[in-house]
Amino acid sequence: MVADLTRVSGRSRFRDKTEDNYIVHRIVTTTAVPTATFEARSLECIRDDRVLFDDLCFTINPGEALVLEGRNGSGKTSLLRIICGIRLPESGAVLWEGEDIFRLGPEFHEHTAYLGHKDGSKQDLTPLENLRIAQGLGKAREDITLEEALEQVGLYGFEDVPTRNLSAGQQRRLAIARLLVTDAKLWILDEPFTSLDRKGIEQMERLFEGHLQRGGMAAMTTHHRIGFKEEVKLVRINLSEQ
Amino acid sequence: MSTLSLTSAFTLLLKRDMTLAYRRRAELVNPLLFFVLVTAMFPLGIGNDPKLIEAVGPGVIWVAALLAALLSLDAMFRSDYDDGSLEQFMLSAHPVSILVLAKVLAHWLVTGLPLFIAAPLLAVLLNIPGDAIPTLMLTLILGTPVLSLIGSVGVALTVGLRRGGVILSLLILPLYVPVLIFATDAVKTAIVGIPTTAQLSILSAMLVGSLVLAPLATAASLRISLS
Repeated sequence: MVADLTRVSGRSRFRDKTEDNYIVHRIVTTTAVPTATFEARSLECIRDDRVLFDDLCFTINPGEALVLEGRNGSGKTSLLRIICGIRLPESGAVLWEGEDIFRLGPEFHEHTAYLGHKDGSKQDLTPLENLRIAQGLGKAREDITLEEALEQVGLYGFEDVPTRNLSAGQQRRLAIARLLVTDAKLWILDEPFTSLDRKGIEQMERLFEGHLQRGGMAAMTTHHRIGFKEEVKLVRINLSEQ
Repeated sequence: MSTLSLTSAFTLLLKRDMTLAYRRRAELVNPLLFFVLVTAMFPLGIGNDPKLIEAVGPGVIWVAALLAALLSLDAMFRSDYDDGSLEQFMLSAHPVSILVLAKVLAHWLVTGLPLFIAAPLLAVLLNIPGDAIPTLMLTLILGTPVLSLIGSVGVALTVGLRRGGVILSLLILPLYVPVLIFATDAVKTAIVGIPTTAQLSILSAMLVGSLVLAPLATAASLRISLS
């Protein structure tokens, strides 16, 4: 399927070249190697003239979670922002099913959900209104209602309270509920457990686990030791050692 | 991505911004109040020479409208930038330029449209003859969306800066000058009684041009500001 798509796009892209057949042939052979769903190829990130990491390669496949570790300022957030396509790497490429994410644009973003330092919720809107917007911006998931998503993060009964009246932990839970309402396969999570209580952290871990078991993927940073079940495959990268 | 979901994303965002504006309606009055106060102060400052007031009238209304638009511009992306919503727009499954267009339209509806509605009253205050008022209204309905659209590019570029206000004015005001020139010229020509088709056509061309190009430029600028 992937190889087919590449061949079609490859042919149209090089249609004007005289060596048409040769190029198409070459593309097919390179993509015949099974491509990872998500792949980072020798990424380099420079911030304020300091090289945070270079030649960083990894892949994420369905059911796997990438866990980034490292000191403060080691580039975890920068890497996540590169992965989701907000920030450009200094060199290297980020590929989704073998295609560059910057070329895919919205076609890549419909598969991702990003939870950054900032919650991205509007303080003047209610949790339900915030979720409705999040759902409209992405590709809506059919098998869950907005109320069910709120219930899963423990915000049942707070649908119509203005978001500004929620506590910091509850606002974080609302941000996590946003992940549940779209059909995103890759969750990109930057310190998702900030300001959650111990029970909340466990609850959210079960949600992330469920997502991975459904064939989802995750890339996350956290200072908290994650208590996923054995069968979840974690790929750990320590950026301080890069 | 089908056209249907594009339209629904557009209306969703438009509705969102209108709801947000409604919940903070006290802030909405600022640009309108500025517009009305500046134009109302002018006849008092100039004195009781009806001919002079009539001569400067179109210019006063348009300069006040322009500054009112500039005053309200910063709010277009500021709160979305601060609370992280802007990042979510960048990462949505829809083209950013469509979302930008919805936001600019919402911004114009709450800041530009009130100026348009208040203008006839102020025109009377500035002794602009009744025959020229329809032309003034036409220039405003064609011109103020251009101000919002061009402004959105500047705001998108400066939203990441902590004190972008001065840079924003320097960046945007030169681009506002053509709108100001053709709009005031149209009204002055209408006061004399000469057809204003030429000026209005140029204003329409500016509107169409910025409607097509500004959202693309704004989307690209936002990407730069966020990275």
